[in-house]
Amino acid sequence: MKPGFRYVLDAITRIRGVNGAILVAGEDGLIVAESLMEGVRGNAVAALAASLYQRFRRATEFAGVRRPEFLHLQAAEGSLLVVPAPNDVLVVAVAAGDINVGLARLEMIRASEAIA
Amino acid sequence: MTTTRAVDPWTLEPLRRFVAEAGARLALLTTPAGQVIAQHGFTRAVDVMAAAALGAAIAASTAEINRMLAEPTFRALAHQGVRHGIYLASFATPRGPMLALVVYGLDSSIGLVQLFFEDLVRDLAAAAPLPEERPKTVLAADFERDLNQSLAALFGR
Repeated sequence: MKPGFRYVLDAITRIRGVNGAILVAGEDGLIVAESLMEGVRGNAVAALAASLYQRFRRATEFAGVRRPEFLHLQAAEGSLLVVPAPNDVLVVAVAAGDINVGLARLEMIRASEAIA
Repeated sequence: MTTTRAVDPWTLEPLRRFVAEAGARLALLTTPAGQVIAQHGFTRAVDVMAAAALGAAIAASTAEINRMLAEPTFRALAHQGVRHGIYLASFATPRGPMLALVVYGLDSSIGLVQLFFEDLVRDLAAAAPLPEERPKTVLAADFERDLNQSLAALFGR
């Protein structure tokens, strides 16, 4: 993994409640870099989160409000967060339900700017 | 309406599930020699036969390059076109090795196809009946009849 990628992923996973962070190729749904806790299927999260983001992007573009800047999917026992980065990369985080979403969002936006 | 059909019925449900989950437009399961086992999305027999032959040829030629590089075996190839992607992979089942040729559109991705392909391989392994003790020998005299029976199963004619 490129040291720069490790640095930005570590900045996200340091937040309390974050179980993992992945950089995903948005069109392909493949992992570019990952930092995940054991038990999280990175390839599944990457492929499905990218598919989800593409569908939301289509919806928001048809609605005339351009691309989504932040996705927060609240699940029964945690959250999935997605922030788009340049060059069609997505920053994806898997987190616990009680995470500080604002802080995670801020760190994910910083990550997206850092990998530009 | 696109349909999924199989020469070997135990492959039908795993293939249907894979197509639905991965969003595949076309899917073809064959033996490494190109004999068709199941298909989804093809409407003409001639297209199935051509795709099966081409898939088997691509896998065979890639396996030969692998051999020159001292790599173990052919595993998978992915091609991303403008409107379609193609994924060709070999895998083992209790009934012997197989090839899968998958074509997907912009509404899917190589990540999704690879992800659900893992499930397909697992589902096929679970659904496969035990191998025959003495595999049936393919005789030249039976070849045309077997081929016609396969096409009838795949296209319902």
